[in-house]
Amino acid sequence: MKPSPFEYHRPESLEEALGMLARDPDESKVLAGGQSLVPMMNFRLASPTRLIDINRVPDLEGMSVSGDRLRVAARTRHIDVQRNELPGPLGELLREAAGHVGHLPIRTRGTFGGSIAHCDAASEWCQVAALLDAEMTVVSASRGERTIQAADFFQSIFTTSLELDEILVAVTLPVLGETWVTGIAEFARRAGDFGIVTATTALNIVEGVVAEARISLGGVHEIPFRSEAAETVLAGQAFTPELVVAAAEAAADEVDPPSDVHGDADYRRDLVRALLPRAVRSGMGAT
Amino acid sequence: MTTPLRLYVNGDRYDLDVEPRRTLADALRDDCGLTGTHLGCEHGVCGACTVLVDGQPVRACLMFAVQAEGSSVRTVEGLAPDDDTLHPVQQAFWDNHGLQCGFCTPGFLTLITGYLEENPTANEEELRDVLSSNLCRCTGYQNIIKAALAAQRTMNAESGAEPAEQAPA
Repeated sequence: MKPSPFEYHRPESLEEALGMLARDPDESKVLAGGQSLVPMMNFRLASPTRLIDINRVPDLEGMSVSGDRLRVAARTRHIDVQRNELPGPLGELLREAAGHVGHLPIRTRGTFGGSIAHCDAASEWCQVAALLDAEMTVVSASRGERTIQAADFFQSIFTTSLELDEILVAVTLPVLGETWVTGIAEFARRAGDFGIVTATTALNIVEGVVAEARISLGGVHEIPFRSEAAETVLAGQAFTPELVVAAAEAAADEVDPPSDVHGDADYRRDLVRALLPRAVRSGMGAT
Repeated sequence: MTTPLRLYVNGDRYDLDVEPRRTLADALRDDCGLTGTHLGCEHGVCGACTVLVDGQPVRACLMFAVQAEGSSVRTVEGLAPDDDTLHPVQQAFWDNHGLQCGFCTPGFLTLITGYLEENPTANEEELRDVLSSNLCRCTGYQNIIKAALAAQRTMNAESGAEPAEQAPA
């Protein structure tokens, strides 16, 4: 229950952090909020021999809008995402999703980018990133900056396309117009637990017709699962409660969820049926 | 290999020499001798080790002591004033039987203090949500919620803040 020994580095600039990481990428881990890494180290599931603490690196926190894109700097704490005052459906979705991330003392430390780089299939931020085709901005000392699309970023359980010598510095999301309706619904045994299944939805409803549908499900696959079946059912159709139920059925048929101690595959499919419409309704101000 | 570390806890300075892997919780207990901070699960679930770092509640088992360098740490020992009275949250736990065995109590006291200082007008629903951060195996939580609401009234009366908006029934 105590971590194994490590060298501790606390760079004061991004350049310094990248240089430290490049010296021994295999043995190093980047420490941001530590709310996933430190428990894993306490259990000795992770035993990095070098920790590079980026908490004193400037310019890695905060949210800013430029044109129709929102840039969330990677070390932005969950609590600050929850307190964001961005108007419109994206701000609403981020506030609502943040309320499902752990508990207050987790949100004060844990970070938006850390959660995405950790790539837990149940993570709300991974869901949101997949839902909105987020772009991850990553940097390395030798190759500079590159951006990775969400669809290429999330690879497998706890595995992303981030290279060992790269640091995720920002996540960019589209600012959704007023015709979008976003929502999230999650089922967990206790408040603050990881959701057994999570549904996040974003529908662009123009004059009663679903112009574009995005559906992302957590807890049903090794990484966030975009339900093409549900999106196909919804797209181009007149928006009705029955249509949403049909989309939920399509999603439940499409997924191939794991069975574990928290629930078997059929149970998770039932949760998809229940939660997808609930997510849509939550976005419409109903529950 | 150890590294020198200066910690500020409850207004006192501690000059320590710790390994980087020393968690803040262990440093408080074993190096500063402040054993009021309790360790339950050591992986961020139970909340017994909650302390305030720069006023924010954090899990002291999920932060390394070296990370708190330059920050102001407040533990359960730092809640009560020096005049033999209790902090309003401690007094409310006493009055409302908000504890039984007491193991989880320091974490609840710091969590509630930190939250109420920043959110004096929180309603009961919001308080319940925050209290879900920590585990208690004795009380069934009802008396902890009562204590938190009572503490809020006392703290607000002392500071002259507006009364809490209660959630509609």
